[in-house]
Amino acid sequence: MQKHNSAQKFCLGIEATADDFSVGILDFKGKVLANVIDAFMSETGGIHPREAARHHAKVAGEVISKAFQKADVRPKDVTAVAFSQGPGLGPCLRTGATAARALASYLNVPLVGVNHCVAHFEIGKLATGAQDPVTLYVSGGNTIVSAFDVGRYRVFGETLDVAVGNCLDVFAREAGLRQSEGMPFGAMVENLAKEGKELVDLPYSVKGMDMSFSGLLTAAIRLIKRGKYRLEDLCYSLQEVAFSMLTEVTERALAHTEKHEILLTGGVGANKRLQTMLKTVAEEHKSRFCSVPKQYALDNGAMIAWTGILAYKQGMITPVEKSFVRLKWRLEEVNAPWVEE
Amino acid sequence: MLIKKGAEASLFLKDWQGRKVIMKRRLPKKYRLQEIDKKIRTYRTIHESQLLHYAKEAGVPTPTIFMVDLADSNIIMEFVEGKQVKQILGGLSFEERQSLSKHIGELIGHLHFNEIIHGDLTTSNMILTPSGKVVLVDFGLGEKAVELELRGVDLHLMKRAFQSTHFRYAKECFKAVLEGYACVVGERGAKEVLGKIKEIEKRGRYISERRKAEE
Repeated sequence: MQKHNSAQKFCLGIEATADDFSVGILDFKGKVLANVIDAFMSETGGIHPREAARHHAKVAGEVISKAFQKADVRPKDVTAVAFSQGPGLGPCLRTGATAARALASYLNVPLVGVNHCVAHFEIGKLATGAQDPVTLYVSGGNTIVSAFDVGRYRVFGETLDVAVGNCLDVFAREAGLRQSEGMPFGAMVENLAKEGKELVDLPYSVKGMDMSFSGLLTAAIRLIKRGKYRLEDLCYSLQEVAFSMLTEVTERALAHTEKHEILLTGGVGANKRLQTMLKTVAEEHKSRFCSVPKQYALDNGAMIAWTGILAYKQGMITPVEKSFVRLKWRLEEVNAPWVEE
Repeated sequence: MLIKKGAEASLFLKDWQGRKVIMKRRLPKKYRLQEIDKKIRTYRTIHESQLLHYAKEAGVPTPTIFMVDLADSNIIMEFVEGKQVKQILGGLSFEERQSLSKHIGELIGHLHFNEIIHGDLTTSNMILTPSGKVVLVDFGLGEKAVELELRGVDLHLMKRAFQSTHFRYAKECFKAVLEGYACVVGERGAKEVLGKIKEIEKRGRYISERRKAEE
């Protein structure tokens, strides 16, 4: 029977924690056969959970069939269906979970609930070849410095309030910018920052290993409203301060854990300035810097499918009656027996 | 001679004006803009020196500062002879351990009573001198603050430090710490902080405690 060949076994992963609905299909060796992403975009920026969930429900069927077509895999060849069980926005998660349950029970295959943050780390490792990195995961919803230790991914530092991506987004919106397809707020701030010359004083807030961005955001918005500074200079200063904070905490975690790789993932990871800062730290610590390619750094279905495979191989499946979504599922709660110590 | 290299600062053991001293250096970070780097290092150097001084005023032994060099972000301070509490705690008798823990609790009480947060209360940051004095070091993460939340976090870290490095007698040690703490800040103040610690542990961040609290 061909089924026992891992290249002939497939996992379908559904990601729907926030504004993206995405489906990925991988074979059990880790080859990505499809990774289809459909993003919800609102006129004004930001995510309204219910509107995003409606979008997901509308596109779910289409995205799933597109993924099957792209992967050239028949639905009945799927071995397991994985889905992002949390953390994330309730309505979005529930929509993704519903699609996953329906698909799994229709195909009569096991369901695997996956932690969204763990999935980011696992696909990052798969895509870059990193073995045991300190990971900086920065997006619109998350700001986490993590590394693996004794069976689990541990949080070494995180934001105490808003995520750094959220901080940049809200700043851009308050500055009157409008995002468009292919040009998210983060990229706009980055472009403006390149024209920045003068560093404006903004609060730098690292508390132990944790960071706070809300004070920085408030101060930056206040300066926009005052109208005394060029927007380019404000973007430049905001980036420099926020990214210095992220890099400081990452460096501390690297020194503390004595690991030799830095993995950068999440939407904010696309920022070149942040990459440069981390690269500098990596060089100083004789470590390798790995930046996750965009299609796997943003929220994507492939990461859910891949982590689903890793969990499934350990016999970790999620019975339907335990497949309720977990909005505040903490990273440290997840056992990751597939990671070698 | 380099004796400890941290991510933020390094400690050097040096001979300075005929004394054995510790030099704490905050080295420049290449990844951040010079302007930001200079500001952070200067601020932290001043801040830490001030806290060491405030702690002394509060009656808590800390290393004597000999010189603060803002140009290079260095603090030159007394080298405290003795052993880290971390190293000796396991070798003590039950009574000795109790009285040492209680004494540590008193010191923390004095800090908090005077609105000083240490920020990194671990048994490696406490040095027992041959004369039996406990000296608190490394105020690098400390701050001056009145918030109950921060006092709670401070003591919570102490509890975690006991749990991670002195697992077998973590419970009894922390209990003694709280006793000493209450002697200084009063029963009411101690109760308030204890309530806060429980609340902190119930938050998502500390899952195992939350489970235990829910049981």
